[in-house]
Amino acid sequence: MAQQEAPVAYEKYYVPDQSPWPIVGAVALFLIAVGAGNFTIEMTKGKEGFGGYTLAAGLFLLMVMLVGWFKNQIDESMSGLYSAQLGRSYRQGMLWFIFSEVMFFAAFFGALFYARMIAIPWLGGASNNAMTNEVLWPGFEAMWPLVSTPGGIQTQAMGWMGLPAINTVILLISSVTLHYAHVGLEQAKRKQLTVMLGVTILLGCIFLGLQVQEYVHAYRDLGLTLQSGIYGNTFFLLTGFHGLHVTLGTIILIVLFFRVLKGHFTPKEHFAFQAGSWYWHFVDVVWVMLFFFVYIL
Amino acid sequence: MSTATEHVGHDAEHAHGEHHHGAPAGIKRWLFTTNHKDIGTLYLWFAFIMFLVGGAMAMVIRAELFQPGLQIVEPNFFNQMTTVHGLIMVFGAVMPAFTGLANWLIPMMIGAPDMALPRMNNWSFWILPFAFLILLSSLFVEGGGPAFGWTFYAPLSTTYSGDSTALFVFSVHIMGISSIMGAINVIVTIFNMRAPGMTWMKMPLFVWTWLITAFLLIAVMPVLAGAVTMVLTDKFFGTHFFDAAGGGDPVMFQHIFWFFGHPEVYIMILPAFGIISQIIPTFARKRLFGYASMVYATASIALLSFIVWAHHMFTTGMPLAAEMFFMFATMLISVPTGVKVFNWVATMWRGSMTFEVPMLFALAFIVLFTIGGLSGLMLAITPVDFQYHDTYFVVAHFHYVLVTGAVFSIMAAVYYWLPKWTGRMFDITLAKWHFWCSLISVNVLFFPMHFVGLAGMPRRIPDYALQFADFNKWISIGGFAFGLSQLIFLALLIKACRHQGEKVSDQVWEGAEGLEWEIPSPAPYHTFDTPPVIK
Ligand code: HEM
Ligand SMILES: [Cu+2]
Repeated sequence: MAQQEAPVAYEKYYVPDQSPWPIVGAVALFLIAVGAGNFTIEMTKGKEGFGGYTLAAGLFLLMVMLVGWFKNQIDESMSGLYSAQLGRSYRQGMLWFIFSEVMFFAAFFGALFYARMIAIPWLGGASNNAMTNEVLWPGFEAMWPLVSTPGGIQTQAMGWMGLPAINTVILLISSVTLHYAHVGLEQAKRKQLTVMLGVTILLGCIFLGLQVQEYVHAYRDLGLTLQSGIYGNTFFLLTGFHGLHVTLGTIILIVLFFRVLKGHFTPKEHFAFQAGSWYWHFVDVVWVMLFFFVYIL
Repeated sequence: MSTATEHVGHDAEHAHGEHHHGAPAGIKRWLFTTNHKDIGTLYLWFAFIMFLVGGAMAMVIRAELFQPGLQIVEPNFFNQMTTVHGLIMVFGAVMPAFTGLANWLIPMMIGAPDMALPRMNNWSFWILPFAFLILLSSLFVEGGGPAFGWTFYAPLSTTYSGDSTALFVFSVHIMGISSIMGAINVIVTIFNMRAPGMTWMKMPLFVWTWLITAFLLIAVMPVLAGAVTMVLTDKFFGTHFFDAAGGGDPVMFQHIFWFFGHPEVYIMILPAFGIISQIIPTFARKRLFGYASMVYATASIALLSFIVWAHHMFTTGMPLAAEMFFMFATMLISVPTGVKVFNWVATMWRGSMTFEVPMLFALAFIVLFTIGGLSGLMLAITPVDFQYHDTYFVVAHFHYVLVTGAVFSIMAAVYYWLPKWTGRMFDITLAKWHFWCSLISVNVLFFPMHFVGLAGMPRRIPDYALQFADFNKWISIGGFAFGLSQLIFLALLIKACRHQGEKVSDQVWEGAEGLEWEIPSPAPYHTFDTPPVIK
């Protein structure tokens, strides 16, 4: 019971005192949601309003919150409040968060597979849907990439050679360099750590730059846009959300870089670094899946 | 009881005024709290308020349906009421109530000082009221709030919806973030914070069922986020995910939604199974029959719940093989569900039973949830569902499993643990009134829905054929009575929070076993700063 002396060795779990940051974060998310909702309406329906400003205010507040919360967190960690058990909590929490991200991407991959394997063949008359094709969409032919939709939208497909292939190589290398940065951290080789981490960040930025170029190419040369039917939809949502994750991952790595320079991590204790690198490897794996299913097949 | 954490915490924490002993005062206590008991209380009150708000909308629905013809509200507003009622009850009442119970109970049951990630815990609660503020305010947007049903099928939510859809989408995103963070916290707490000796197979079943629920939440809430995102881009940014003209498919929406939706209904019932498995042994004064089989049954229900989603879509024209697969897979789930009901009954067999209020609710749960399970089994038979789909029979089914199932279990839980939380016995007379009024009215409310459903009355329509008039009158009367009965509960809860009533012992109930019954009543603000000894 609570009053008794513990007979076995246990670790003291750090339960923080009250903190103002979560509620600040809640207000931030509120502003972001209201702002994004209204901004969407205003942007697409040509209305006037405060949506954009609300969204911007929310994002700003979220940044303030993150800085404040993390600073708090780093201070606690640096003053030795944390135990191995707490470290396990953070690690497990991060892994489950990544699992939730996997499921988020799974929804869009699911849409891609459903469209390719079921919706489009059926529209083309496959299975017992001959009349769907005859009556509703006469002349429509099932194909992938869907460069000509039943409704008549025309576009061109994005090949996998060139930029996408280069980007794949870049991300794969970045995973390796990040791994060696981690090894450097664990073996207390500072130089290897900073150089490899720096290279990883650079590769991330190059990837993002090339991705922007690819989008420009898609919009300008191929006529492949977000509105180009299910092929364009899945292409832009999958690569877009992936790009967003790479952006976030790069920012995380940059923050880690500065913390490395400040000497925050030790060969044994570096949860933040570990989490950041897990995140980066996850984003890489998603890209490999993307390259395979969105570009090649 | 000097706390170990406090000593460690001193040097870094002197910036904050408070110390670990008691609860800080004032509004800041609730806004800044990192205490699992405070956060549990917040969740529970929030859920109850949402229950009343969503209930008020149900009253509007039943008032309109009291007589055939259109009399009180516009059809479009009627649709907004059914939609927002469903969303509020699912995401605002049942789920937060279970999360509140998890917060209060899991650390006490496994001998942990708090949840593993206390600050995130606060965050995941406080974003919820904001999410519902957005959802409710969307009712006042030009063109009205969401009116496409809680299932927001495309093209209702894309082609035919109003501007407020954007607000709906982002409020659902926030609810999802909240659930995912809450679930991560629960899993990590259970994996990592059990007191030494609290092995997996010693964990109370409420903890087990919540562990599995949390896994389901992390697996499917992101899929819901994906679904609302596609609705958003389809409606506002010109994509064609759910539009055949662009190569998409409205039926694809249903696949994605129900891939989330079916596990979601288990998210709303597994913790209930856990609660009932705690309460029945206490008042039967016997150990739970078949503990291990309960654990395995819960796990198999959770796994199977991923492969049955299309039983909601039998009438969409899927290929025969798919219809057959989803029919048999769905029926398979009744096996582990049956195991559970069997175990509860076997626990009571030859027990020394007493009928305190939590036990009354638990018994009502077993009987009435089983009725809901049986109508579910009927709906799972594909050719039969062709007839029943989208009628009041489905409404009857899911209200039996959700109201007399999930909601009754929550009430049972509140009555069971409330004395532990407040240190005083609740007003038993009021509680019995609450139970009997609820029990009778809920059956007047939902049982006739089976009949009108079988006779073909469609759901989500503000008017109906004359032949359904008599039954609908009774349904509405039952509805108002059930709504009013909940005000008794409100009165009881207010009394309990004002510390009225007799003091209770640490064990509270004669047959209660488990760590939470060994600590003082009311449970101190911080428990288990030093891990307890598990026998
Ligand atoms: C014994 C196990 C169960 C079976 C076999 C079953 C089967 C079904 C089927 C086949 C439907 C679709 C009916 C139709 O739309 O035509 C359905 C609907 C539904 N079920 Fe169940 N069910 C079971 C248990 C549950 C439980 C435990 C819950 C929640 C706690 C639940 C909640 C729902 C809901 C909310 C709907 C309606 C969704 C909507 O269309 O709005 N069911 N059930
Ligand atoms: Cu289902």
